[in-house]
Amino acid sequence: MKTFLVLANGTVLEGQHFGATGTRVGEVVFNTGMVGYEETLTDPSYYGQIITQSYPLVGNYGINGEDAESDRIWAFGYIVRELCDAPSNFRCKKTLDAYLKEQGIIGLAGVDTRSLVRLLRESGVMNGALTTEYETAEEALEDAELMERIRNYTVTKAVESVTCEKPVVHQEDGQYHVALFDFGSKYNILRSLVKRDCKVTVVPATTTAAQLKEMHLDGIMLSNGPGDPAENVEIIENLKEIAALGLPIFGICLGHQLMALAQGATTEKLKYGHRGVNQPVTDLAHGRTYITSQNHGYAVVGDSLDASVGEVSHVNANDNTVEGIRYKHMPCFTVQFHPEACGGPKDTDYLFDEFVDMMKGER
Amino acid sequence: MPKDTSIKKVLVIGSGPIIIGQAAEFDYSGTQACRALKAEGIEVVLVNSNPATIMTDPNIADRVYVEPMTPEVIKRIIQKEKPDSILPNLGGQTGLNMAMSLAREGFLEQEGVRLLGCKPDTIDRAEDRQLFKDTMEKLGEPCIPSKVVENLDDALAFAEEIGYPVIVRPAFTMGGTGGGICADVAQLREIGTNGLRLSPIHQVLIEKCIAGWKEIEYEVMRDSKGNVITVCNMENFDPVGVHTGDSIVVAPSQTLTDKEYQMLRSSALRIISELGIEGGCNCQFALNPDSFEYAVIEVNPRVSRSSALASKATGYPIAKVATKIAIGYSLDEITNDITGQTCACFEPALDYCVVKFPKWPFDKFVYAKKDLGTQMMATGEVMAIGQSFEEALMKAVRSIELGLDTMNLPALAECTDEEIHAKLHVCDSERSFVVYEAIKRGIALEEIHRITRIDLWFLHKMEKLAQTQHRLATEEPNMELYKLAKRQGFTDKAIERLSGMPVPARLRAGFKMVDTCAAEFSARTPYFYSSFDEENEAEQFIAGKNSDKKKVLVFGSGPIRIGQGIEFDYCSVHCVWTLKNFGYEAIIANNNPETVSTDFDTGDRLYFDPLDPESVENILETEKPWACVVQFGGQTAIKLTKHLTKLGVRMLGTPADAIDEAEDRERFDALLERCGIPRPKGYTVLTTEQALEAGSELGYPVLLRPSYVLGGQNMIIAYGPEDVVEYMKVIAENTDMENPVLVDKYLMGTECEVDAICDGEDFLIPGMMEHVERAGIHSGDSISVYPTRTLSPRIKQMLVEYTGRLARELKVVGLVNIQYVVYNNQVYVIEVNPRSSRTVPYISKVTGVPMVELAVRCMLGEKLKDMEWGTGLRPDAPYVAVKVPVFSFEKLHGVDTQLGPEMKSTGEVLGIARTFSEALLKGLVGAGYKFKAPRPGSCCLITVKNADKLEILDTAWQLKSMGYKLYGTSGTAKVLNSNMIACNTVRRISEEEPNLLNLLESGLVDYVISTSDKGRDPELDSVRLRRKAVELSVPCLTSIDTAKVLVETLRSGANMDDVELIDISTL
Repeated sequence: MKTFLVLANGTVLEGQHFGATGTRVGEVVFNTGMVGYEETLTDPSYYGQIITQSYPLVGNYGINGEDAESDRIWAFGYIVRELCDAPSNFRCKKTLDAYLKEQGIIGLAGVDTRSLVRLLRESGVMNGALTTEYETAEEALEDAELMERIRNYTVTKAVESVTCEKPVVHQEDGQYHVALFDFGSKYNILRSLVKRDCKVTVVPATTTAAQLKEMHLDGIMLSNGPGDPAENVEIIENLKEIAALGLPIFGICLGHQLMALAQGATTEKLKYGHRGVNQPVTDLAHGRTYITSQNHGYAVVGDSLDASVGEVSHVNANDNTVEGIRYKHMPCFTVQFHPEACGGPKDTDYLFDEFVDMMKGER
Repeated sequence: MPKDTSIKKVLVIGSGPIIIGQAAEFDYSGTQACRALKAEGIEVVLVNSNPATIMTDPNIADRVYVEPMTPEVIKRIIQKEKPDSILPNLGGQTGLNMAMSLAREGFLEQEGVRLLGCKPDTIDRAEDRQLFKDTMEKLGEPCIPSKVVENLDDALAFAEEIGYPVIVRPAFTMGGTGGGICADVAQLREIGTNGLRLSPIHQVLIEKCIAGWKEIEYEVMRDSKGNVITVCNMENFDPVGVHTGDSIVVAPSQTLTDKEYQMLRSSALRIISELGIEGGCNCQFALNPDSFEYAVIEVNPRVSRSSALASKATGYPIAKVATKIAIGYSLDEITNDITGQTCACFEPALDYCVVKFPKWPFDKFVYAKKDLGTQMMATGEVMAIGQSFEEALMKAVRSIELGLDTMNLPALAECTDEEIHAKLHVCDSERSFVVYEAIKRGIALEEIHRITRIDLWFLHKMEKLAQTQHRLATEEPNMELYKLAKRQGFTDKAIERLSGMPVPARLRAGFKMVDTCAAEFSARTPYFYSSFDEENEAEQFIAGKNSDKKKVLVFGSGPIRIGQGIEFDYCSVHCVWTLKNFGYEAIIANNNPETVSTDFDTGDRLYFDPLDPESVENILETEKPWACVVQFGGQTAIKLTKHLTKLGVRMLGTPADAIDEAEDRERFDALLERCGIPRPKGYTVLTTEQALEAGSELGYPVLLRPSYVLGGQNMIIAYGPEDVVEYMKVIAENTDMENPVLVDKYLMGTECEVDAICDGEDFLIPGMMEHVERAGIHSGDSISVYPTRTLSPRIKQMLVEYTGRLARELKVVGLVNIQYVVYNNQVYVIEVNPRSSRTVPYISKVTGVPMVELAVRCMLGEKLKDMEWGTGLRPDAPYVAVKVPVFSFEKLHGVDTQLGPEMKSTGEVLGIARTFSEALLKGLVGAGYKFKAPRPGSCCLITVKNADKLEILDTAWQLKSMGYKLYGTSGTAKVLNSNMIACNTVRRISEEEPNLLNLLESGLVDYVISTSDKGRDPELDSVRLRRKAVELSVPCLTSIDTAKVLVETLRSGANMDDVELIDISTL
């Protein structure tokens, strides 16, 4: 079956088919991690996006289910250079192809992914569609409706699409009670807290300060998630009140951006984002630089944060974008990168310890 | 933290001669380190006994000592130069051990010298087996059950406790020398005894054998702030049990999930942090393929072979960054040179697959044991980059120069299925080919996996190659199949051979860039590899550069092997530098990750690809260079000449035909005739009968060799008809009989060697060399002396005259190397090589004449008479330089150490001094000879062939008068005794005990002199004697000429304690 990636600029790549069939429009992004595709595919932050994997050999160890970061694939499509049809790993349960089929996600293999990454690097992230419904590239390009859909696509209602419906409690007997805002939370944020003896209540994205107050919390965790942060007007408003509760707050990725917006800062869209497991982040207070896992297309504008409200605590050592904020008048710190890793390095998971210490201190 | 400004003068210790386990990678890392230091305005003092290195060039370091690398010499250099710091972790195990011994005895502290990048206790905790275990235990890092023992009884007892098989790992030896896997008590007795002896601290580790686990490596870096990164991880094709230097290695790891990858990465970071290393470090892990269980196998607290590979595989300059860290910078302060815009504190992302393939010396040593184990055997390696594992593997095989362009090993085609099945159980250098053959035969992958424990992922990928091969052989040629085959690394030639049909089209490769970041950032380093995609980044890069300079493509020399070593990389790099200096764009093509030539900033562009005709054509098509250079890349580059001629490419320098003229027997004879130069009489033969006829016609001894040879491969001296018969058989088995065999009269004269630079009219001879050993021993294995010692002015004049005639007649433009033999006051030519030679770096360094630079300038059209070095023979320098070969015999089991026309040495050292004796002493000490004064009971063992018996008398007498007791086998002893030199007779090895072996094992023998007519067969008495001497580290001289000069040196009173140390940059 012929499978095409049709890009908004009229570029069409043809390759081999895997996974599901049909047509799916999304924002085409690239990820430079060399392992961790199961984690990547199931990361809710990829909602609305078609992922291009820059490492060419994908599917080598299959899918084991244990490494999933949520209960399904959230990405809208997957593009690889070479799909492995005979995976090898002791935990392997199925092939990547079978997993995508089962999840209804279209895969495209056998294309020059490096050249695609270079295109996205130069032009910035671009909308596109993965489709199995055309015979030729021309046919797809001539389909005005398809092209219209591609051009007009924006990731919208992302958080509400991925968040949970009602609160769920984990580890009832944990020492500290944390509300984990599910903006599209990866499992490993939950695991990281549970491991540190926290009772975790995963709450829907729109949970209010009043609702939280009822829960007798020790702290609040703001998770990662997809989409344009500024779109989440209601949540941002809620966060202003939630911040006023005075509880220790730790934010990651979208959580970091939302808190910044709630505190008066602005966000901007990066040309092609940071998606990989090798991003250097400097902790300005200690002068140390850590290798971090990242997945974001937006960033907080450093100058937009009022110096009396908070200060930039971490920056990206490559492009100096904001990677973390420490707030001044409330026990809150947030980071743009993913200390929970999965996939990627665990070098910054000490931040969870700091959060727990903070809760201990506030008690 | 910024640069530490108190560092002003740094001593860098190199790694010495090339031996198995320590090859060109340390020239690469050392050179990068020196350049990084100089760029910071720091004065560099360098010591390295290896003259073939780039790091010993005067423009790389400020003060250069090509001196023996012993603690005493280093101490004297420190006292003379007074450096404030020492950089020990870029010169391999040799450099590290040296620095550590000076630190431990308090010498560095006493002299106020700081150790940069590591502390002695760090090194101890990584390398001392017990301290390492304790450190890992403290960190909670799992180790394999093991115990450090200092005697055999403890080893046996512990093995009993943990159960066989066990692995023996000697402490403080490189490349696992002296180690091995023992299946039972007998093997442990043998390997354990050997390991204890070879360890400088008589300590070995007995370890539970976990053969079959995955072997994974991480290259890690850390700075003084505590920032840590991993540059690269790698997975071995061969599971634990085969030394990583002997394994096919792939980067990044392929079969690890993120959980496994991060688990081991975190462990590596914990280890480097705990050890407090500031610089690079290599961590090796074993990972249970069926669980998350892992064990730390080894930690190398320094830049290693693996780091050279990781550097080239990722583009990340580990040695340079490690050096900057050592002088105070932190990772975040260092720029990533590849992108020029991001920082060095990041982890490279690869968007390709890298395969490293080892180069073993077994094609030369037919009698050597080819088994692979914990002790490294490879002399070198190649690296290949592809978009798939299949493509990278195929490119690697095409690069390794075994005459293969696919995974099909012709010899295996003859085997039955049962034989192939049986061979799967044998872990030797052919195993990857056996696996491929087994897959082709339809043996189930699970079965192959069960036997070899090679991960199924690799087997599946090889199966894909086998499937394509099968399809090529059975299907009609079609574009889809052809494209698939191209993407899997099949050359057009291989496709046509396998399919028996012409290819349906000729696809040309494009090139992709190695940029450390998987295209996330635009890169400015021009480092490319080929792939069959539409996009051609090299073309775009060239167009974007829009340079109007003429482009010259320089071919490198491929993998390091016996006969073609680091010296050709030296020449290639100097060629590139000269081209750049003279306004050309220099482009380099090579496939060896260990070298300076493949460093990211050596050429204007680097193509990392095989050096076969098709790959070269692809580069030519993209680059469209003005000209190519093949002269400096050894036989690897020379082999391309024919193809390049056919393509009509301009080749700089000597016309291509000169190579054929020098190698083709008949044309060569005609050339000599025209020049009026005699050569030893000889014939070209095709059969054993013809060879015997030629032998009796010429009179024995005669020299036999196949017509096209490199490093004297399969070349022998026959002393009688029976030798001719034996060797014709060996030659027939090992070479293509369509190439004729040459039979020459063997002249037992003085061998000399001349390297000259020619411009087509004039020539310049920087210096002439004379060999200590008479003709018959390969020039690469001879002790070579500059200037000549014994030649009369008349003979020297003849050598100059002949060199000029040959150079002019061959129209040499560039370099030529000519070997002569002087016999009965007559000069004969042995061979002419119209290209760079092994001795170019050595002569360049000792005469100060920049030979490669001058040669390149000649090739670009300049005339010698217009240059600053004149023409004709340069006057002799006022000192003597002696090149001494270095062997790796202790690593090559079953190889006879008897020197002959076939080259056996892996490297060389140089001794420079005012007198011959002092220079030779330095050379011998540098090569590892340990001189000791005779003690009570010390003796020498002499057993020589009949032809040598009278000649050895003087040497024997001198040894005797020095106080040595002499022992000899019956024939030798009889001749010595009847010449009034008292000698005890000792029984041969094949005779009853006590015999020779017992004498050797007594530890009383200081020197062995053993020459014999026949060698090679490991069962021979003489070979067993020489092997035993190697095992016991007793110097064994296999030429009476070597023995003679050694004894002269011993008696000259020259002494390493007071011999002058020479900074060659001031010569």
